[in-house]
Amino acid sequence: MEALDLARWQFGITTVYHFIFVPLTIGLAPLIAIMQTIWYRTGDERWLRLTKFFGKLFLINFAIGVATGIVQEFQFGMNWSEYSRFVGDVFGAPLAMEALAAFFIESTFLGLWIFGWDKLPKKIHLATIWLVAFATNLSAYFILAANSWMQHPVGAELVNGRAQMTDIGAVLRNPTLLAAFPHTITAALLTAGTFVAGIAAWLMVRAARGKRLDLAGLYRPAVVLGVIAMLVGGVGLGLTGDQQAKLMFKQQPMKMAAAEALCESTDSASFSILAIGDLSNACTGVTHVIQVPGLTSFLASGSFSSHLDGVDTLQKSYEKKYGTGQNYSPNLAVTYWSFRLMIGLGVGSAALALAALWLMRKGRFPTSRWFARLAIWAIPTPFLASSFGWVFTEMGRQPWIVAPNPTGIDGIWLLTSRGVSTVVSPAEIIISMVAFTLLYAALAVVWYKLMHRYAIEGVADSEKDVSPDNPDNPDGADRPLSFAY
Amino acid sequence: MELSTVWFLLIAVLWTGYLVLEGFDFGVGMLLPILGRKDTERRVLINTIGPVWDGNEVWLLTAGGATFAAFPEWYATLFSGFYLALLLILLALIVRVVSFEWRGKINDPAWRRRADLAIIIGSWVPSILWGVAFGNLVRGVELDKAHQYVGGFFALLNPFALLGGATTLMIFLTHGAIYLALKTEGDIRERAGALASKLSIVTVVVAGAFAVWAQVAYSRNTWTWAAVVVAAAALVGVVVATRLRREGWAFLLSAVAIVGAVVLIFGSLYPNVMPAFVTANSLTVTNASSSSYTLTVMTWVAVILTPIVLLYQGWTYWVFRKRISVTSIPEHTGLTFERTSA
Ligand code: HDD
Ligand code: HEM
Ligand code: HEM
Repeated sequence: MEALDLARWQFGITTVYHFIFVPLTIGLAPLIAIMQTIWYRTGDERWLRLTKFFGKLFLINFAIGVATGIVQEFQFGMNWSEYSRFVGDVFGAPLAMEALAAFFIESTFLGLWIFGWDKLPKKIHLATIWLVAFATNLSAYFILAANSWMQHPVGAELVNGRAQMTDIGAVLRNPTLLAAFPHTITAALLTAGTFVAGIAAWLMVRAARGKRLDLAGLYRPAVVLGVIAMLVGGVGLGLTGDQQAKLMFKQQPMKMAAAEALCESTDSASFSILAIGDLSNACTGVTHVIQVPGLTSFLASGSFSSHLDGVDTLQKSYEKKYGTGQNYSPNLAVTYWSFRLMIGLGVGSAALALAALWLMRKGRFPTSRWFARLAIWAIPTPFLASSFGWVFTEMGRQPWIVAPNPTGIDGIWLLTSRGVSTVVSPAEIIISMVAFTLLYAALAVVWYKLMHRYAIEGVADSEKDVSPDNPDNPDGADRPLSFAY
Repeated sequence: MELSTVWFLLIAVLWTGYLVLEGFDFGVGMLLPILGRKDTERRVLINTIGPVWDGNEVWLLTAGGATFAAFPEWYATLFSGFYLALLLILLALIVRVVSFEWRGKINDPAWRRRADLAIIIGSWVPSILWGVAFGNLVRGVELDKAHQYVGGFFALLNPFALLGGATTLMIFLTHGAIYLALKTEGDIRERAGALASKLSIVTVVVAGAFAVWAQVAYSRNTWTWAAVVVAAAALVGVVVATRLRREGWAFLLSAVAIVGAVVLIFGSLYPNVMPAFVTANSLTVTNASSSSYTLTVMTWVAVILTPIVLLYQGWTYWVFRKRISVTSIPEHTGLTFERTSA
């Protein structure tokens, strides 16, 4: 393999891995903040137990999100230095802002939240977790600003062969960003909602079957909270995803044509649910087996009969604009299937939400095993959907690393093959790829075991209010720390 | 002053923040097997940095992001050039981060021993390699006409850079021991103070040799002698203060020494950011920088946000100002591997 392929594999592996943990962090932080707020408002100890329970799971996850994020910050320079030279003027800015505006808040206030239970007045302690929740979402905004610029460059001009920023406002209000950000955030909310509802529902069934109705009653509101997050997230995903699709038909028509395996231009394009044949390379020999007439046209423009360009037509117009001798379509099979898997896996969460709503109606406590099993099986589906969403977004962008803005900024585009570092040898990339992959695999095993172990343990039997506001707590200097590593 | 020079200074400031702060938490990690004899003692050490290590590390991420934004050519050449060294640092930081957070999650001695090992390795490796990297920057590296690093990995392991590695190692060890003496109570405080006092003498010798060598052989500016003198005086002050067990003063002086070292390093580079053996190929503040528009935007962002960050990070140190000792450590809270109760 050449350095280019290796570098792409490495980036794909490390970034997708990072993004397994990220959506849970982004979505779970506000849910924990809500739990703690309810405890603060009502003084109901059960909400404190839930806060601490999900807080532990959050921290186990957060650690690995941070650890894998550090790699991301430096990877562009390591394997993609030519890309970095080309875009640094624009791309570096949101990256630096993310660190300065978001990561500092996130890390500092999380430290205060973890260790501050007995040090900070209740209200201030509550504020720290809200700040963490705010900062994780802010970090998503800035990093997506960087990513959106690669999808759709704006606010820049070409000077001496490099992109130069002309308008930071345009970069931070990129239409691509305004669509991708709510989509990613709602995906995170769906992920965290499924996680909370799934675990709480499983524990609730276990408690109800063991005739521990008090415990089952404790988990019940957590299931409800999770289901609400899933509904908000799920509906939001549909709306924002539709928004993104319409935008992509304009900004990167080739990506969407590939996603539909739409080879020839048509009026009233159908939405294909199953296609067979050789999707891997040329557009020939694809047979759509099941399709919904007109739906793709509808997705693109809101009209069932609108005209859409196919891969072949687009290839010709790209050759005219950007030169011949280059295949301008992404890998069709990957693009086609990742798009469907992203959407399709949302079904896992939907099934759990519907089952929970039905079985828990009017204060019932479900005890059926299949429901407990469904609760567990639903949890990984939004994680997978997010990964496929990114694979679709990023691989659908190929062969560009910076896709050209179709409404035109002259010269601001870059082929992926031109972005890779020229001084890094394939051997070096192999070493780093093997090292990251092995280490990441080992960490994934540990992460899973810890999450699993803490999840099945359930909430603690009791939690004390250790805050300095509580008059029962002596202000003794020698009191042991309420939390320590 | 040119904006690109302002940014050169700001990046030096970010590295100062990183080395002063993460410097002591690297030191604490490295001293884990030396000052922490029992598990409870090791927990005392780790908990002195528990609430702050992540915030400290973000100074590095910000320095990385700021370099990308303000000097894309520098970012590109440095990290593709020092590829394997950076890889080792990243691997070390990864295992260190997860070990802090996961160590106490499982109540099992073997589990905790493994986490300790990861923290120790994860602290020693970067403490040495950052110095090696800075040593090479000061010394100059082999860049071609396109400003690409072409020297290879082993060229980085020259005597001067290795002495740089020993310097950061010794400074962080001392800095960490002083921090522990400042933040703990009882037996550990005693031992940390005594160790700091011994370490500080070695540090003066090693760091002093490095600073003088750097100044005489490589500095592009005479005024950086001032930084050499300040750093050396501060380190001598550390020797005295640790002997007298004036922990607050010792820590302050040790921080001043690190500031001096950063000023020396960046001052001796200027106006280069990455000097090349063939001077014409050097990356400089001018030819590596972003456009003035980007620099202006980033200046506003930095000027507004940095003081706020300093404020709330400072407040965190205030909240957790109390010394801790073995008696403040609660009984182990982690779960066992297997579930015991129904
Ligand atoms: C839980 C995960 C999840 C679910 C159920 C969906 N998505 Fe999604 N999708 C993502 C998670 C995701 C993602 C990980 O968040 C992506 C990758 C980049 C991004 O901004 O969002 C994404 C990207 C993405 C893109 C590409 C945008 C681009 O190229 O920049 C489109 C067109 C859609 N989505 C459309 C949809 C539609 C119509 C959905 C149907 C309801 C849908 N997504 C459900
Ligand atoms: C701001 C955020 C992101 C940026 C700036 C970014 C940038 C890049 C770059 C530079 C590449 C290498 C060139 C290429 O092969 O396309 C790449 C590839 C890739 N990225 Fe992203 N990425 C971002 C977020 C993500 C996320 C969150 C994921 C998934 C979880 C992801 C998934 C991928 C994948 C799968 C590839 C491999 C594409 C291929 O092999 O063709 N990216 N991205
Ligand atoms: C490829 C581009 C990316 C880079 C350079 C990057 C960088 C980082 C870094 C350095 C950290 C560690 C921060 C710390 O120490 O506190 C981190 C964590 C985080 N990142 Fe990323 N990241 C990327 C992709 C993304 C994307 C696309 C998102 C969200 C949409 C995201 C959201 C987060 C969040 C919420 C955290 C908090 C820690 C956690 O994951 O649990 N990142 N990222």
